[in-house]
Amino acid sequence: MEAVYIILTASMFSISCGLLGSFLILRKMAMLGDAISHAVLPGIVIAFLLTGSRDSMEMIAGAALLGIFTTFIIEFFHKRARLQTDAAIGVTFTWMFALGVILISVFAGQIDIDQDCVLYGEIAYVPLDLWITDGGQVLGPRALYVSAAVLIINVVFLLIGYKHLYLTTFDASFAATIGVSVSLWNYLLMGAVSMTTVAAFESVGAILVVALLVAPAATAYLLTEQMKRMLLYTVVISIIISIAGYYLAVAIDGSIAGAMVAVAGLLFALVLLFAPKQGYLTKLWKRRNLAEPTA
Amino acid sequence: MESLLEFFSFTNPSVVYVALGSVLLTSSSAVVGTFTFLKKKALVGDAVAHSVLPGICLAFILAGNKNPLALIIGAFATGWLSLVIIDFITEHTKLKEDTAIALILSVFFGIGILMLTNIQHTGNAAQTGLENFLFGKAAALVEQDLIVFGSVSAVLILLVALFFKELKLIAFDQDYAKAIGVPVFAVNLLLTSLTVMAVVTGIQAVGVVLMAAMLITPAAAARFWTNRVFSMTLIAAAMGAFSGLSGAYVSYVAPAMPTGPWIVLIISAIALVSFFIAPKRGILSRSLQQRNLQHTIMDENLLKELYHIREKEDVENKGRTLEEIVKERYFPKGKLQSSLSRLRRQGYVEKEGKYWKFTRSGYDKGKRMVKLHRLWEIYLSEYLRIAPDHVHEDAETIEHVITPELEAELEKILKYPERDPHQKEIPYS
Repeated sequence: MEAVYIILTASMFSISCGLLGSFLILRKMAMLGDAISHAVLPGIVIAFLLTGSRDSMEMIAGAALLGIFTTFIIEFFHKRARLQTDAAIGVTFTWMFALGVILISVFAGQIDIDQDCVLYGEIAYVPLDLWITDGGQVLGPRALYVSAAVLIINVVFLLIGYKHLYLTTFDASFAATIGVSVSLWNYLLMGAVSMTTVAAFESVGAILVVALLVAPAATAYLLTEQMKRMLLYTVVISIIISIAGYYLAVAIDGSIAGAMVAVAGLLFALVLLFAPKQGYLTKLWKRRNLAEPTA
Repeated sequence: MESLLEFFSFTNPSVVYVALGSVLLTSSSAVVGTFTFLKKKALVGDAVAHSVLPGICLAFILAGNKNPLALIIGAFATGWLSLVIIDFITEHTKLKEDTAIALILSVFFGIGILMLTNIQHTGNAAQTGLENFLFGKAAALVEQDLIVFGSVSAVLILLVALFFKELKLIAFDQDYAKAIGVPVFAVNLLLTSLTVMAVVTGIQAVGVVLMAAMLITPAAAARFWTNRVFSMTLIAAAMGAFSGLSGAYVSYVAPAMPTGPWIVLIISAIALVSFFIAPKRGILSRSLQQRNLQHTIMDENLLKELYHIREKEDVENKGRTLEEIVKERYFPKGKLQSSLSRLRRQGYVEKEGKYWKFTRSGYDKGKRMVKLHRLWEIYLSEYLRIAPDHVHEDAETIEHVITPELEAELEKILKYPERDPHQKEIPYS
């Protein structure tokens, strides 16, 4: 039962991340996702200190706002100080992350997160943290409900906003001419990314969540040219890495989140080399067959 | 306070190691970071920094202990590998560079974490302190580390000094560098190796997670203070060194604290201040310049309108009320009033009761603006063949930036015309 809980939670988080990540990489904003997932850390710590607990929707909402704020600061440095974008991203998220780590060290006794949790989460403890109602009824692991809620929010967001996101991703100027606000959808997407990374933080940590955002989506992108199919493949890949990652971690006694990412990397490498149309070796092989026609 | 004196008197040899080590590590990464920043490859440093973790773990598994040389070699290997793979992905697939960076960064780090947790669970006693490479612990620097890491940073700075000109060239213009015979491929390879080396040396003090900041932030801050690459490198190194020293101090006073975040917080504070207050390029100075320019434009427009009114009524210098000015051309009331008082301070207008009127110099200046405007309109319609009803907007902006030299030139090539395309008289002084 424990394995099922962990795999289910992991799958739902990675599906959420993967769906949003697909849009991020198509918008050439993968590093912004990286920046946001780091930058929400001080928000999480401060929310912990204020509310004294970790199960609050306020915390997720607050940290999500911090993510949008980060996007805003990066934009500000870029526009007002004319700092190049990559440096603006690099400067902004590192100091916010540093601040978060310092807060954790300073308040080590008062909050229930440590540096390891920041890095790779504690998804192995998911089954231990149960949601118990006031009536004493045990409803199962809390993280499972959080991940399900986040997944539902993301799916609803994408169902409503698919057309707008699609338009602003592929043809921003056309979107603007027909009255779709490019910056509004940009900030909404950033908000969704922040919310998801904050919610997944406890389970997979701040850095490995980047892999969940980027790796399945990048793998799917190498397999297809169609947006909808890409989203579908992303979901399948997310489920595969959750299952395989769990068993790999159990087999070699390591971090589950780390193992999931390792599997995601392996899958990407396989697709990179052997994908039916775009794989590197496939292309090489085809070219050789063309050069030496077997008569 | 006592600890401050104790630390900075450098009587304790371990303090010397820690301080010297931190300064060397942070300043050498700042030096290399200057060039990756100028090449707009700042985030590549982030990828390398995360990617050295599996190398460190692998070296530990193979060597069985924390031999600094083995760790450096391991870190160097995977750091390099990550850059090769990022280049491969960017070149051979439709994925963009930022996706490749984010992907390789997180996947390598994930594999590193998997190995690290696996090592920790084996209960090998020698592994304690391995996690210090994540967030850095300057206080853990001992003599042996200092010799190894210190010599790597010395080599690093020496290489940058030797190939300074080549590095500078490829940072700004690869094509030009190639044309004048710089071996671009080799120099790029050198910069890549330097980046990996900088990360590898910095991790002891700053840690892999925040190492990117040591490459990016000092360079970004230094960029605001100078336009010369050489001074930018020096400034970045000095800022890096200062943050390294402060980090070492924090690590000395509070041994439980990771050093990296403190170093990053200090260098970021320096950068933030630079972004705002640096002369010329800083945010404050930029907005000040912008405001001054807007004021000049507003003032000149106002004098021009006063001249227009005068021209229409053709009477002696008469005072005008605010309402009369606004009737000629709309200005928001607040702006109009502050502009009038600026002009009064500069001696271009005078106030009598509620009437405003030109001084002699104000009249001349207004007249000159009108002249420039009309001359430019003629120039546009005669030389560029733009229809007379389209020339006004352009003249409206250009009139504020025409220099006396250009003015003389215009008068000469247009041969002192009498009327503009709208048949208005051109006022010569």
